[in-house]
Amino acid sequence: MIYNAKYERMPCEELMQLQIERLQSTLNRVYRNVAFYKDSFDENKIDIGKIRSIGDMRQLPFTTKEDLRKSYPYNMFAVPLRDIVRIHSTTGRTGKPIAIGYTRNDILHWSELVARVLAGAGVTDNDFVQIAFDYNMFTGGFGLHYGAEKIGASVIPSSQSGNVQRQILIMKDYKTTVLLSTPSYALRIAGNLKEMGIHPDELNLKSGLFGAEPWDEATRDRIEERLHLSAFNMYGVNEMMGPGVSGECSEKNGLHINEDHYIVEIIDPLSWEPLPHGVEGELVITTITREGFPLIRYRTGDLSSIIDEACPCGRTTLRMHRVAARSDDMVVINGMNVFPAQVGDVLKKTTGINPRFQIIIDDVEGEDVLELQVEVLENMFDDEIKKLMDLKYGIAAGIERELGVSAKVIFVEQMTMFRTSEGKVKKVIDKR
Amino acid sequence: MLKIRNLHSGYGNLRVLKGVSLHVNAGEIVTIIGGNGSGKSTLLRTAAGIVAAQEGEILFNGKDISYAAPEKIVGAGCSLVPEGRMIFDTMTVRENLVLGAYARIRSARLKDMEAELAVIYSMFSRLREREHQLGGTLSGGEQQMLAIGRALMAQPKLIMLDEPSMGLAPIIVKNIFEEIRKLRDAGNTILLVEQNARAALRIADRGYVIETGQIVMEGTSEELLNNTTCSGRIWGKIIRA
Repeated sequence: MIYNAKYERMPCEELMQLQIERLQSTLNRVYRNVAFYKDSFDENKIDIGKIRSIGDMRQLPFTTKEDLRKSYPYNMFAVPLRDIVRIHSTTGRTGKPIAIGYTRNDILHWSELVARVLAGAGVTDNDFVQIAFDYNMFTGGFGLHYGAEKIGASVIPSSQSGNVQRQILIMKDYKTTVLLSTPSYALRIAGNLKEMGIHPDELNLKSGLFGAEPWDEATRDRIEERLHLSAFNMYGVNEMMGPGVSGECSEKNGLHINEDHYIVEIIDPLSWEPLPHGVEGELVITTITREGFPLIRYRTGDLSSIIDEACPCGRTTLRMHRVAARSDDMVVINGMNVFPAQVGDVLKKTTGINPRFQIIIDDVEGEDVLELQVEVLENMFDDEIKKLMDLKYGIAAGIERELGVSAKVIFVEQMTMFRTSEGKVKKVIDKR
Repeated sequence: MLKIRNLHSGYGNLRVLKGVSLHVNAGEIVTIIGGNGSGKSTLLRTAAGIVAAQEGEILFNGKDISYAAPEKIVGAGCSLVPEGRMIFDTMTVRENLVLGAYARIRSARLKDMEAELAVIYSMFSRLREREHQLGGTLSGGEQQMLAIGRALMAQPKLIMLDEPSMGLAPIIVKNIFEEIRKLRDAGNTILLVEQNARAALRIADRGYVIETGQIVMEGTSEELLNNTTCSGRIWGKIIRA
């Protein structure tokens, strides 16, 4: 179903006019109201009056996560604080968090965008939508809630935190028809179903929308097989309000981008040069309707590519390929973002040196399991088993504390780790 | 219907509009709101061909009218109701109206003219009552109606109104805006430039906020009314005005 045909099926020429109007007014606003952008445009000698087409955007500088951190908490807001009606934030696990402000209009747009994504997966006002995303500083729970409510579905805000089995009982008793969660959590639910002796056919699940972490087609198959539902992919970024950037239609071949609110580009993550449609690179997004927290050419760190062929579903918007990886090696383990560099930091802190390491992630009964292999160096080696064990536990505790995930630590001999064809140790091996 | 892209315009060395893009779809009332000297009127005058565009393009029904002469633009179906009404004081109401059809005078026969005048009179009954009165003797509100009626005589596809509320008492403003809404409901397309933001947004479908020659906000009327930044910073002064 197409929620808003006017925009989702907008002829290309009309969309281009709308995009340039919105881009120009966004640029005029950020230049006037956000010191970061004024300085950045002035420094790069950019005359925003000369940005005449979407193609001209290439002249504009990028915005990075680091820029947002430096502006913490409110320096990137483009409206006075009294116009902000909501603040969400990133976890700040990899550094300072980022505060994300929303105006009243931003919240209205957010609801609309999520409603489109949900409708794309066939959600209607007859559905019981169970939202197994946390309702907190993280954007997932609230964003999906607004969208589902806007469609008129019966919303069950079950959240992710807490007992999985209780989640399943709610699903069973309330006759949930649509599940919204991370793909890994969906698999956890599937694993627990088995444990509880509930057959998926005893549930009323019809479809599910999954996102907030990179996943692949094999995971889609596993979820569909174990939960007996039709699984759809959705994509969002906290910094882009949260869910609602793009979502799959019934074709399940790429995610339709809400182009009347977001302009997407793909760049080479190393040279920062724009890449043509179809080529994979880092996803860069510019907001063109946002009032509270507009972002120009924001580097998401997610790897994707653009599909510009017509879609049989009738939507005219560009599609993006599923995000399967990140340009910065970030992996999501049980819903937690983990960067290999953080693991390196923990190792440095606990051992005092920089040993080589490898993160191996596997799926055991729907739970992500993290194994950390650490290369034992001469100067680390100790005859005393106890000391080695202490070190091992020290590392595991450090990982748990700093990253929020538990890890099994294994010491391995030199040169035994899996290497790439170039002989480099791959930091992450994802077996999921 | 009307598409403006990256329009730059001004007077001599003075650049007033700095890269304005906007569009008006058929059957819509679109309003452009902004404070004094923000470039609202220059925008309309440029679209009407009275002020020359320096850069950018203006497309009217797909046809480039960026550098067309004013009468050609009227001929193409784009009429301006100028700021301050600009009716001919020493001519009668009827003569003012007939002059509105000047651009298509060759094709307009006198017999048809009567029918067209009747349409205008049915819309604004006050004009019928004062048909033979001199324009200068009308009240402000009546003059505004005359100016709108005169523009309609050109049988435009798009009517551009420059500050129709200017210098009118609030109750008259309300009436004029009600008439503008009726024009839209009758199938006309309207581009309305206003300082009286709230009144304009109440009847408009969409709007653009212009500030020192640049569009700083666009959206549906509801979105613009929601935006308290607008009401506070940008148009606080406008609403009070």
